[in-house]
This record gives sequence, structure tokens and C-alpha cells, in this order.
Amino acid sequence: MDFTAVLAQIKPKLGCVAHNLALIEERIEGAKKAGADLVVFPELALTGYFLKDLVPEVARRLDSPEILRLMALSHDISIAVGFVEESSDYRFFNSSLYLEDGRVKHLHRKVYLPTYGLFDEQRYLARGERFRAFDSKFGRMGMLVCEDMWHLSASYILAMDGATTLICLSSSPGRGVEGESLASAAAWQKLTATTALFLNSRVLYCNRVGYEDGVNFWGGSEYVASSGESMARGKLLEEDCVSATLDEGSLRRERIFSPMLRDENLFVTMAELRRIERERGL
Amino acid sequence: MAGLVANTDLLRRILTGFVADEVHKVGVRQVVLGLSGGIDSALVAFIAAEALGPENVHALCMPYKSSNPESEAHARLVADACGVNFTVVPITPMVDAYFAMFADADNMRRGNKMARERMTILFDHSALHSALVLGTSNKTELLLGYGTLFGDMASALNPIGDLYKSQVWQLSEAMGVPAEVIEKKPSADLWAGQTDEEELGFSYRQVDELLYRMVDLRLTREELIAAGFSPEFIDTIYRKVQNSHFKRRLPVIAKVSNRTIDRDFRYSRDWGK
Repeated sequence: MDFTAVLAQIKPKLGCVAHNLALIEERIEGAKKAGADLVVFPELALTGYFLKDLVPEVARRLDSPEILRLMALSHDISIAVGFVEESSDYRFFNSSLYLEDGRVKHLHRKVYLPTYGLFDEQRYLARGERFRAFDSKFGRMGMLVCEDMWHLSASYILAMDGATTLICLSSSPGRGVEGESLASAAAWQKLTATTALFLNSRVLYCNRVGYEDGVNFWGGSEYVASSGESMARGKLLEEDCVSATLDEGSLRRERIFSPMLRDENLFVTMAELRRIERERGL
Repeated sequence: MAGLVANTDLLRRILTGFVADEVHKVGVRQVVLGLSGGIDSALVAFIAAEALGPENVHALCMPYKSSNPESEAHARLVADACGVNFTVVPITPMVDAYFAMFADADNMRRGNKMARERMTILFDHSALHSALVLGTSNKTELLLGYGTLFGDMASALNPIGDLYKSQVWQLSEAMGVPAEVIEKKPSADLWAGQTDEEELGFSYRQVDELLYRMVDLRLTREELIAAGFSPEFIDTIYRKVQNSHFKRRLPVIAKVSNRTIDRDFRYSRDWGK
């Protein structure tokens, strides 16, 4: 079915959960008033990004008051939001929740934790271990957290699992000022467009803005149609609210025109991957 | 040199955004900076004026008696051009009082003392105006260690510390820094007629080309030689970067506990901001 998504391009405060929750609630209220069906927030929207030793302090269990509050708000509008999750065995995950009708529809724990260059996630966080598509009121979806999307297999698995909409929650630092546009923005735009095109799937990409210790987050939240075409894009480096209508008809037509996903041979892929697994002695 | 061509529109947005965001988030409205009459501090004054409004920027010119009078004139020109507050605080009385006790001090000691004298004045004015001190060291001099530790290298925020001198020139032009300041030879102005490039023994453009490939692109020594740099130049610069690394780090702390500051007690500076 057709639905309207709002990409809330916010500027969280580092380590200030109460402040960020208020910010998130404000954006949920705004999206509701605008008649949106789904509101998407960035990675770690509830906490900020460069947390380091703050991770255990800002982590929340699924039954914490903040998460229960967001769950309650999802009676009126579906919500995708990023936070630090504390599990019952005291592991901390860079997680994203999809909340619908007052309950958790899906929880995705970031699988690929970047630990290179300016990133240090594996020092502080535990790795997620699955990519699973899930059914929502607006069709079958898959969630990715930032770096996950740079692994072809992640989006591929979600698409093979039936997702027609990929939601990517991001905290992407801006860098590379040599060219026409910001290098990291250009790279992401290429990635979201190519992913959508290869998998005949829609991509909702929500990236934050603001600065943490001199690192800028570039925003540019985007809805990319299943044709790979960018349909709506948020401002660079500024807070924004991107509204996009995802219509079922164009997804259907795209999949008729370019049935690559229909023709994708899962059995060949699996057989070859099993061979590689065997040969590598995994 | 493709890499050193900067997109000045983008840089301008990121750097003015950086100053506005990092200043405002700590509950402050104003900044202070030392305006030497050179291009680096001129550029920072322009960035700060655009980010915060010129009325919120306090530029201090702090000449010593041997400083070139042209430096103060250029500092004033820059302050007028971007509209920031401008104050002259001569450092001759304090510096001379000190060296009256150490009359045989060489140029390096005197230059460092002056840089640190200026630092104390900037931080005192930061208390006066409830303002943050902006740093004005560029990436080239930070990598080469061509600055005074706890002197001109001391600041709360540095908008241009990731810009090579060649990029400082480009952005300065784009932001309207007066041409006299852009075109003159870079100088620490520690003594009459001093120029950076003469003292360093190479030009900023030469060393920027090398540093960009060595640091940003991580080319190996062999690759740098193949790209046309002489082994002597490569080795000299590599040693300069290595030997000045202490200037870019906090003081070393002897570890005895389970959580030592900056080693296993790690928080962003913007903690809670």
C-alpha cells in the first residue's frame, strides 16, 4: 500500500538521552500532524554517536521507560529509531527498532561495526548476528544500521528475504572536500542508488547532522525509489525533515520492467557460497 | 595536485558550522583569537565573524617591539574587513621584564616566550568575555611541529587545523581576506625579515604536496620517490613529523590504575553537549 515516510534529520546531543528523547517526541508529533505513516530517525538518535565509555551509561533495555514511551507513541505512527541496547546478559548493541501499533515489530542489531579510521565501534559494542526482513503495515521491510549497508550481502539477504523497502539509519561523518560535492555524501548517494537499482527495492536513508568533537555529520537523508532514482533529499549539514510518498504502483511497475530480483538464482548463490565456505575451511 | 584543490564553498559551510555549533553548544556566544597580520589568523577571523557575527569575535593583536609594524597594520586591515572587535595589547613590557633576568636567551627562547605570553593574554580575555579561544594553526605547521607548544598551539577550538597551507590560501581568497595578507610571504615575525619558508628550508607548496601524499594518501617511501620527491626531502619531513609528535599529544601519564585518563578512561570532549 502507498504510505508517507518522514526522515527526521536531527542533531542529537552526545550522551543526553532525556534531551534526545524530547527531540524525537517533538519530531514524532510533527510527523503525525503532517499525516505521515512512518517516521525514521538516524542511527543512535537517542544517544549521539561518539559515545566511547558512555555506552553503558546511555544504553537502554527494551523495557526501559524511554523505549516504552516510544512504543506507546507508535500507536499513531510507525517509528524506526536508533539507540544503544543493553541485553539481559549485559552486552551493548548499536540497535534500531521498528515500532508499530504500540509494540516492537522488529529489532535489528548492527552487524558490521566499523573499527578503522575515525571509527572505533567494536571496542565498545557487541556485534549483531542476523539480517531478517519483517512484515509491517506498509509491506515487507529490512533494517540496516549505517555500515551494514556497505556490505552487499546485508542488503542482498534482506531483499532475498522479501523486503521491498530497506531502511538505513545512519550517523555518517562528512569528509573529503576536494571534489564537487562532499566525498562521503557522494559515496553514500552512489551506494543507496545502486542498492535500490540492483535489488529493485526502495531505500529510506536517514542521516543525522551536527558536530561531535569537530566531526560533522552531513545529513542528506534520502528516499531512493526502486529505479535507483533519488525522489527526495534532505539538506546538507542542516537539520531537516524529508517527506516522501512511497507508492506501490511504481514499485510494481519497476519490478515488471526490471525483473532482476525475480531472476536472481538463490540456489546458484547458495551452492557457490557453500563451496567457498568449504574451501576456506570455515 | 588534485587532492589539494579544495571545494571552498563546502569548506566554508563546514568550518563556519563547526565554529557556531561547537561554541554555542557549550553555552558560549563569543570567541577570542590572536590576529597576527598573517593569513592563518585572518582566515579564522573571517570564519568566526561569519559563524557568530563579527560583534561576537574579539581579535587581539599582540605585537612585540621587534615585530614588523606592517603586521599590526595588516591585522587592523583584516579586523576592519570582517568587522570584528579589535584590540592591541603590546607584550614588550612583560617579555622584556622576564628577559632582563635572562639576558643571554637565544631567539628560540625569546620567540617561544612571546608565543606563550600571547597565549596567557588570549586565555585571560576568554575569561573577560566568557569566550572560547580559537586556534589558528594549520595542518602543515601542526604536522611539522612549526609552532610553540602551549603557545600559539593552545586553543579550545581550531577551525583550520585540518587544512594545509595551500588550502588556507584557497579558502582565504574565497572568503575575501584582503589580498595584501594573502600575497605576502608567511612569517612568524619573531625577528625582522624572518620568513617561514627561509627558516624551514622549503616552500609550503612543496611540503604540502609531500605531506598530502605521505599523510593523507599514505604513500610509501618508494612511491613518494617514484612520484618525484627526493629521498632527502622525504626523510627530513618524515623526521620532522615524527619528532614533533609530542606537541600534538597530551602529556604522558604514568599508568597505575585500571582507568587512566585518555587510555582506558575515554570520553569525547563534547560529552553531554
